Amino acid sequence: MDEVLDYDDVMADYDAVLGLEVHVELNTASKMWCGCTTAFGGEPNTHTCPVCLGLPGSLPVVNGKAVESAIRIGLALNCEIAEWCRFARKNYFYPDMPKDYQISQYDEPLCFDGHVDVEVDGQTYRIDIERVHMEEDAGKLTHVGGATGRIQGADHSLLDYNRAGVPLMEIVTKPVRGLGDKAPEVGRAYMALLRDLMRALDVSEARMERGNMRCDANVSLMPKGAAELGTRTETKNVNSLRSVENALRYEIRRQGAVLASGGRVKQETRMWQEDGGVTTAGRSKEQAEDYRYFPEPDLVPVAPSREWVEELRASLPEPPAQRRERLAGEWGFSELEMRDADAAGAIDLIEATVAAGTTPQAARKWWLGELARRANESGLELDEVAMAPAQVAELQRLLDAKTINDGLARKVIEGVLAGEGSPAEVVDARGLAIVSDDGALAEAVDRALAANADAAAKVRDGKVQAVGALIGAVMREMKGKADAAAVRELIMTKLG
Amino acid sequence: MALSPTDVARLAGLARIHLTAEELERMAPQLDVILDAVAEVSQVATHDVPPMSHALPLTNVFRADEVRPSLSAEAVLAAAPDVEENRFRVPRILGEGA
Repeated sequence: MDEVLDYDDVMADYDAVLGLEVHVELNTASKMWCGCTTAFGGEPNTHTCPVCLGLPGSLPVVNGKAVESAIRIGLALNCEIAEWCRFARKNYFYPDMPKDYQISQYDEPLCFDGHVDVEVDGQTYRIDIERVHMEEDAGKLTHVGGATGRIQGADHSLLDYNRAGVPLMEIVTKPVRGLGDKAPEVGRAYMALLRDLMRALDVSEARMERGNMRCDANVSLMPKGAAELGTRTETKNVNSLRSVENALRYEIRRQGAVLASGGRVKQETRMWQEDGGVTTAGRSKEQAEDYRYFPEPDLVPVAPSREWVEELRASLPEPPAQRRERLAGEWGFSELEMRDADAAGAIDLIEATVAAGTTPQAARKWWLGELARRANESGLELDEVAMAPAQVAELQRLLDAKTINDGLARKVIEGVLAGEGSPAEVVDARGLAIVSDDGALAEAVDRALAANADAAAKVRDGKVQAVGALIGAVMREMKGKADAAAVRELIMTKLG
Repeated sequence: MALSPTDVARLAGLARIHLTAEELERMAPQLDVILDAVAEVSQVATHDVPPMSHALPLTNVFRADEVRPSLSAEAVLAAAPDVEENRFRVPRILGEGA
């Protein structure tokens, strides 16, 4: 187990410098160099062909949509877009790449010299983007025979190449300095910003838990006031926003302890262990890698015309932070309400529901209440729940028209999620409409009064709170299909 | 340019080729001959001639983002030296990656 120091003690003497390398899988339908599907999952090795298996004689052809997405990402990150650039072969022997090289970009990235601002606790931090380049994802390795499915102690490994060749963007920051003690939070905020941006651009699902977006977090410490950067470590296997912050905080504390004991930080790759909340030593990077990069002979250069770049720039969506601020104003949401909606992934859904004619607060109530609860129960993201914003708006209209009440609305949701049709269809099919027949309601009230004579007497004597029991009895009698306010009124009238 | 057996050993390591000490001694001068031949090109290359990476004067050769049928898993795995659970089975990986 590595020694760690208290975070504040490290921050008293050192500044942390960040460098984040983020890989984003694009959501194109087909792979980067061939027509195989990029669909997640699928039986092993069923999404492969001679190109992504690296069979002799096969030739890659660039997916134009992936280049377009890459340029849009670059523009959204305020990058320059290269007028001319090439792909490069990165040579390495590892079975996740059947070609024994990865097609990537080396000294000629498509996008470079960008920047983006992130906000932490009301303070803005500028993050300079070094480059955004195009490459391909690798196959998925499963290690067999080791105790924990890890490479150490494994007997052999199994390969599924379905993911090999999926378009991958690498977004690299310049060293980020001047973060004070906020480096972990800034790292996390930057990842959240990238995630929101990828979704707003509709270029990636950007789900860290699925590996759509992965972060290699570099961090180093330099004594306060020093000019020279310290030795950095690169932490991999960071699979959630929370882990980005935790892994950076841990590495700062660990490196602080190494330096405090007069030691030297080793330049190495470390692995974040989610369970233990620690990083463990991985591959040493003391010796520079030799990937023998050279221009990819099988692909011609990419030279995006300035007209195309400007066309793509003009089509960029409103930046997520700006949009959030605008919507909060339009909806009259407090900062807390907005943050909750954002955290639940409900912003787009609320927006669509409001567009379908519901008030923002009602839309918020359904998405963050009953629907969030059901999504959570089934382990789904909110936008995967089988109820569309237009259906939520329809549900609210039925409620406003007093066709159903709150309790019935929950049953309607149950029906919609079970695939029984639209809210109105569910109300019809399940007979959930409030009984508007005054005669039937009056009878139910009479029966309830007769059966609960004690409570009725109390209400007559002025103990109005006893009316609750009577309303409950009527609602049971009506199987929930009554408007509670109307029931109350009727009871009070009858009891004088 | 004179390559030493040490240089050749490093190249062999990068290419995952095992060479004996005698082979390293023999390969070094042979590779030298090739490098010398290539170096002759630099005599005609001048600063105003950019290095050429492609024989075709083309850029932006893109395909539409359309899914095409993949091979069947049987066809894909038919050529694999070893298969387990419809996956390629490879020997234990040591000392690389992580």
